[in-house]
Amino acid sequence: MHILAFLIRRTLQAVIVMFVISIIGFSIQGNLGDPLRELVGQSVSEAERQALREQLGLNDPFFVQYFRFLGNAVQGDLGTSYFFKRPALDVIMDKFPATFELVLGAVFIFLSLSIPAGIYCAIHRDSWLTRIIMTGSIIGISVPVFLTAILLVWLFGVELGWLPAFGRGDTYELPWGWETGFLTLDGLSHLILPSVALSSIMLPLFIRLIRAEMMETMGTDYVRFARAKGLSTARVRYVHAFRNTLLPVVTVGGLMIGTLIAYTILTETVFQWPGMGFLFLEAVNRVDTPLIIAYIIVVGLIFVVVNTIVDFIYTLINPMVKLPGAKA
Amino acid sequence: MINWRTLFKRFMSDPVAVAAGGVLLILVLMAVFAPLLAPQNPYDLMQLDIMDSELPPVWTGDGDPRYLLGTDTQGRGVLSTIMYGTGISLIIGIGAVVVQGILGVTLGLIAGYKGGWIDSFLMRLADIQMSLSTLMIAIIVLALFQAAFDANIYADYAIFMLILIIGMAEWPKFARTVRSSVLGERKKEYVDAARVIGLPPRKVMWGHILPNTLTPVLVISTIQVAEAIMTEAALSFLGLGMPVDRPSLGSLIRSGFEFVFSGQYWITLYPALVLIALVLALNLLGDWLRDVLNPKLRRGDD
Repeated sequence: MHILAFLIRRTLQAVIVMFVISIIGFSIQGNLGDPLRELVGQSVSEAERQALREQLGLNDPFFVQYFRFLGNAVQGDLGTSYFFKRPALDVIMDKFPATFELVLGAVFIFLSLSIPAGIYCAIHRDSWLTRIIMTGSIIGISVPVFLTAILLVWLFGVELGWLPAFGRGDTYELPWGWETGFLTLDGLSHLILPSVALSSIMLPLFIRLIRAEMMETMGTDYVRFARAKGLSTARVRYVHAFRNTLLPVVTVGGLMIGTLIAYTILTETVFQWPGMGFLFLEAVNRVDTPLIIAYIIVVGLIFVVVNTIVDFIYTLINPMVKLPGAKA
Repeated sequence: MINWRTLFKRFMSDPVAVAAGGVLLILVLMAVFAPLLAPQNPYDLMQLDIMDSELPPVWTGDGDPRYLLGTDTQGRGVLSTIMYGTGISLIIGIGAVVVQGILGVTLGLIAGYKGGWIDSFLMRLADIQMSLSTLMIAIIVLALFQAAFDANIYADYAIFMLILIIGMAEWPKFARTVRSSVLGERKKEYVDAARVIGLPPRKVMWGHILPNTLTPVLVISTIQVAEAIMTEAALSFLGLGMPVDRPSLGSLIRSGFEFVFSGQYWITLYPALVLIALVLALNLLGDWLRDVLNPKLRRGDD
């Protein structure tokens, strides 16, 4: 029952955030560009213009227009892209798999490297390898992601010619219309450089975070008691201490989702990766209002869903957190 | 409170800190005195000649001795544009942190001192703001700004917009730090003493509590300037920041990025190196300050 209460509360919060995003989307629609000009061009008389305004409902009161917008949005209708002449949501969803697979590749890379590196640096505090990793991580934090990306393209794509540096390569269409690059060798090789670039900014942050948290848990009483009880060093380190290191990592990981989406825009620009971020920048340059709104709403939705899931996982793995409303 | 003399002594005995400080000093001086030092004025169209465009650096043999680091596609000397561009990056970085500091310190003081619903409201607001990424907010706001106004208006106001957006999006970091210091200070006797002699809350907050919370503020400020400069560079690289005729380091990198692959690497490489040096120096100094002044503050918590 308490989990249910928690779920309801979180869902309510998510709805409020989405409500704010929808207000923003709606006010953009009303103020950015002129829908009439996009539809009929300049050469229409003022009377016809007014008739069309009336017909499209542009003269209706604010709330009527807003609820019409909301009703359409809930049914998946976010308007028609001026440039593609197709529903904006369809255009975005076509590009979603590319961005999703890029993020998945980057998350895989930085998790599989930062966890061992962070644990190692926490356990062997003064070894020379720790010094190298920690020095490397502060340099890594200071190099913007787009510079790493340009360097990778130049070195591996142009000079050495080892890996493809532009686009997604061959994709394979799954039965439900999802274009995946995971199933072809060409698609996978195209994925390597962009996901390394995208993970390069998260990696040093996570190494430093895991190291700091691990060092703190290693000094706590319960870890010392576990050792005093006679448990093996390995068990104390990897089961007792590491499990509690994971908590802040999950929280920070959840907070990072917005940043990660922002960095996909940068990465996709350098690698001309045909994802949502690349599409968004093109839409901005073309003042394609419906597409801009659709992007903001889709990104907002991803953000809200991920944060809710992260919060939920956090309460599940943390033995100390009581769900709000639960009896003490 | 900070003992400046001890701080200086420790600074001089740490080679990494001295090196970072040295690099930062050189870059700041270079930016401040750019109008005197730079071989050309890259904003003066009269001095530009399209015939000089895309010249390589002098030591390659094909360069022109007037342009030490070569020229970009518009015939501007790369060295001169870097000198001016570093200045713009620094102005935006420092300006944004001043905005963050003013907002964050004020709200943090109020939250910590007043407590109650004001405190919980402000901290909840800070949580929400922190969970939205600064870069993402900035990209969306600037994209809308750019789509809504024409290019000339955009170019005129870009620098203010960047300072305001990066400034307003990052206030929670200062607010949280100041608030937790205030909570620690509030119960101390000197605060009670100040209150008992009848000073108004405003004076107790600003005159008595604030000076004792400034150490962590100094530590975050350094790292925040580095982050603001990085954010600005990313925005300019996307074409949402400074326009090409008043370039920051980020817009310089953007203007040369397409030419890297056809061999004109210098247009991008040198601004990129300066950007990395600037951010790295600030980050190293920030880390050093944190270790020296407040070992409890850790990066990664934020």
